[in-house]
Parts: sequence; C-alpha cells; structure tokens
Amino acid sequence: MLKILLAFVVGGLICVVGQLLMDLTRSSITPAHILVGFVTGGVLLSALGLYQPLVDLAGAGATIPLSGFGHSLAQGAIKAVEEKGLLGAFSGGIESTAVGVAAAVTFGYAFAVLFNPRS
Amino acid sequence: MVAVKGNIEQQQEQESQREEYRLLVESVKPQHNVLKNCVMAFLVGGTICVIGQLFLDFFISQGMGEREAAAVTAGTMVFLGAFLTGIGVYDQIGKIGGAGSIIPITGFANSIVAPAMEFKREGFLFGVGAKLFTVAGPVLVYGIITSCLVGIIYYLLQ
Amino acid sequence: MGEKVGQQSVSFSQPPVITSSAAIVGPEEGAGPLAQYFDWVIDDPLFGEKSWEKAECKMLEESGKLALKKINLQTQDADLFLAGDLLNQIVSANYSARGLEIPFFGLFGACSTFVEAMLLASMLVDGGFARCVLLASSSHHLTAERQFRFPVEQGVQRPATGQWTATASGALVVEAQGDGPRIVCGTIGKVVDMGITDMNNMGAAMAPAAADTLLTHFEDTGTNPDSYDLIVTGDLGKVGQKLLIELLKKRGCDPGDKLRDCGLMFYDTEKQDIHAGGSGCGCSAAVFSGYFYSELKEQRYKNILLMATGALMSPITCQQGESIPAIAHAVVVSS
Repeated sequence: MLKILLAFVVGGLICVVGQLLMDLTRSSITPAHILVGFVTGGVLLSALGLYQPLVDLAGAGATIPLSGFGHSLAQGAIKAVEEKGLLGAFSGGIESTAVGVAAAVTFGYAFAVLFNPRS
Repeated sequence: MVAVKGNIEQQQEQESQREEYRLLVESVKPQHNVLKNCVMAFLVGGTICVIGQLFLDFFISQGMGEREAAAVTAGTMVFLGAFLTGIGVYDQIGKIGGAGSIIPITGFANSIVAPAMEFKREGFLFGVGAKLFTVAGPVLVYGIITSCLVGIIYYLLQ
Repeated sequence: MGEKVGQQSVSFSQPPVITSSAAIVGPEEGAGPLAQYFDWVIDDPLFGEKSWEKAECKMLEESGKLALKKINLQTQDADLFLAGDLLNQIVSANYSARGLEIPFFGLFGACSTFVEAMLLASMLVDGGFARCVLLASSSHHLTAERQFRFPVEQGVQRPATGQWTATASGALVVEAQGDGPRIVCGTIGKVVDMGITDMNNMGAAMAPAAADTLLTHFEDTGTNPDSYDLIVTGDLGKVGQKLLIELLKKRGCDPGDKLRDCGLMFYDTEKQDIHAGGSGCGCSAAVFSGYFYSELKEQRYKNILLMATGALMSPITCQQGESIPAIAHAVVVSS
C-alpha cells in the first residue's frame, strides 16, 4: 500500500514540475519541449546517480514519467559500457528501451490506422 | 550621418513603444490558474503512475525480473495511452491534467498517435509514417544522443 | 465614381448594395446564441466529405451558391468571385472557385479577408468594373488547428489567451443596383507589428492594427464613435478587445459601449469552451452575413462600422521567432 502511495506522490510531483515549467515560463514552451526536456533531464540525473534512489523509493512513480525513460537510456548505456566497452555506449541505451520504443511505434501505428479523430 | 542618427533614434522609439505595449498586454492578459493547474497535474499524473505501479506489481508477481517487468509495464502503458487517444479520450484527460497527462509515458504515446491519426488522409508514408514522429522524433533524438554521450564519458572515466 | 478620402479611406458615390447573404456554420457555432440567424448548421465537421479540407471547401462553395440562389441568380450572373481562407495557398477558395466557374480573385488577409473582399468588391462595382460580385470567406476549426497548432486529439491545454478557429463560412452578393444595405465607405489598413510573438495570443497581435485603422478612419472621414450605431470588430476576442479600448483611450478616443466583437458574439463565452473568443476568416463572415445583415435589413441598425482584423504570420515564421504582423480593414454599411 505504501508503495502505491509513494508512486502516486512522487509521480504526481514530477508532473507538477512540468506544469510549473509550462505555466511560469515563456508561452512558446510546447508539450514537445517538455517531453524532450524530461527525457534529457532524466538521462543526466541518472548518469549522476540521482535518479536510481527515486526509482527505489517510488517504483512506477519514477519510471512511468518520461524522465524514467531517460533513466533507462542512461543505465542501459552505462551497463553496456561495463560489459562491451565503447561499443556499449551506442547500443546500451536503445537496447534497454527497445520494448517501450517498439511498443510505441507499433501500437501507435496500429491505433492511428484503426481509429479516426473524433472532434 | 544625420540620416543614420535619425534611423537609430527611430529604432529606439519603436523599441520603447513595443516595450510599452508588451507591458500593457501583460497587464490585461488573463492569468493561468497555476495552483489549480498544479493540483490537477498532480492528481492526474499520480493516478497514471499508480496504474503503472499496479501493472508493475502484477508482472513481478507473475515471476518476471524487475527490469523485465518495468519494460513490459512501459509497453502496457504505451498501449493504454495509444488506445485512449484512438477512442478520443486522451485529449479530454489532457485538457484537465495538463502536464500530468503529458509527462507520463502514456502522454508520449498520445503524442505519437494524435498526429499520425490526423494526417492519415495525407497517405501512409508522409502522413501516418512521418507524422508518427512529430514529437517522438525529437524525444528519441535528444534522449539517444545524451545517453550515448553519457556512455562515452563513462567509458573515458573508467 | 468614388474617391479617395484622407490618407487611407475611400468613399463611394453610388454606394454598392449588398443584395443577398448566406452563412453556413459548424456544430460548435450552431450551439451558440446566434444559431437562428444562420442558413445552415452542419452537425458533422466532415460535411459528408472525405477530409476536413474538402468539407471547408464545400462549405465555402455552398454558401456562395446559396447567396446567389436567394435572389434567383445563377453562377454565370456573377461577374466576379472574391474569396479567401486560412489554409496554405488559400486552397479552399481556389477549389471552390473551380466548382463555381466565375472569374476569380483569390484573397489572403487571414481573418480580415471578409472585409478585404467587401472593400474590393465595392471598389470594383463603384468603379464600373463589375456589376455583380460574389464574395465569400471561410475557416474550419479542424483544418486550421492542425496547420497552425496541434492535432486536436493531442492532449494539449490551450492557454486562456488562445482563440477558437470558427468552423463557418459567409457569402455576400454586392451589386451596383438593388435593394439592401449599402457599403458607403471604407478604410484600407496598414500592416502593424508591435512585436507580439505568441501565436496563442492573436488578440494582442491584432489590437494595434485595429486601433490604427479605426483612428485613421475617424480622421479621414471626420467621424467619431458616435457616428455609428455599432463598431463591430472581426475577432479580437476578450484580450484583444480590452487592448483596443486601452489603445484608443490613450489616443483620446473613447468608444463607449459601441464596440462589439464577432468572435465573442458567435459563442456563449460562459458555457462554451472557446477561451478568449472565436477567430478565423469564417467568424466575421458568418456573423455579418447571418446576424448583422438581417438586422440591417430590418432597419434595427442604421449604420455600422465593420472592421475585421487579421494576423498575417505562418507557423514557419513563428518557429523562426518572427513577431506577428497584423492588419485591419474597415467598411461602413448603412441600411
């Protein structure tokens, strides 16, 4: 139960950071800027070892926000470097996020073809 | 020389007029309700993460390893986000939740399906195929580049 | 023959007559307070077509045909068709002109297109270059949103200053002789740019152009706000209207309670989720062709000043950080 509560609070707070970025900065900040910012931010925090504690604490609360996607990119790259050397820097990130990316492309394509815009 | 000076003065006057107008616009502009937006982002974003946590726990209880379960959870959430976009529900969630619906990976799926679906009439190559990556493209580009850099730096520091 | 008055205005010696009008609107607009004034409320944004672009084109073409049909004219009776819309290369206007087979001038003035067309039609008629001109402009919420902003199914919060592109089309028939309200004079606007770069705050970008044209009009024609029953702006929205009042007051001109805005009249701003107000080429077109035309005809208004404003940017110039230039044209219509 505590785990679920923590996922709720941490995940919610990460989203609040994004909302503040959108509301308090220039109006030219679009959702695309937010998503790119969160992924790159996640990669950097993870590389500095600051994101793993958050994942240990909140589970999905830290992995479901897109910064978690950045975290798995970074951890993948670092692990692969340990195993394969320099080559791992290029393969590790994509390998560890392959499921998410392939799912996004495949399901995205399928639903885009299957459905039509409502409004 | 006189003409040049005139130009500069004119430019300065125009700049000050624009600045004055910018302040006027700021003063009449309706303000975002930042507090309400943040509360809604918190609730919607938190709820999506809880749904993710429930899936994660379920997959782990089925005997998956932690990393594997996390990947399958991400895939499941992407499926849900894409499906809700297809049936026209996710944009309604977005109106309420703001960043709370954009930042979770379901929002990433939404940003993939929405343009692809809407540009279907422009064909399957330059419509669906290309528009699928309107937002996902930049996300992957910058995510992958930074992770490669992180890997390279880690290699050099080893 | 008409003549130029003052710096930017024209007045017509034989004021051209608006002999007919037609307006077609979409579902959201049909749910607004003016619904009864429109000829046709479509409840399907696709209008029975395969794409939204085709739907907009059909809307434009049908409103033109309807305006002619109401006074028993055929398309070949019109000497000229003036039309415009918001899409790239004004395709809705071009493609509807393909169907109508009337000699055609395509116009682009963003949301000011309708008044631009009224001004040009009056000049051509009064100048003797045409006896009967059909003019129309349209916009479609779904075609414009994806060209200028985001796909509609993307979960994006619109800021409070954002405007709702109307799904609507309006058409008028302007003739040298006949019964109906007359276009007496008009003022051609200059492009004004006060450095606004926010595509979600078009009202702020357009208000300075509106103030410029309005003040020039008063000066050129020796009139003031009291000379008119109403001063109707195209689609400044809540934010733009407030700014226009401020800008006018600063120059010593008080519009009092004469100001109306088509973008705000089109919808129930309390109940409908349209943020700062409606916009688009079809907004002023449908509100004038539907509501104001019939009110003028019924003599409920004697003379109104109609001024439509347009923001002349493209998504590309905005991405490059360019500010938004704007224009406003005005015409005076008397019953």
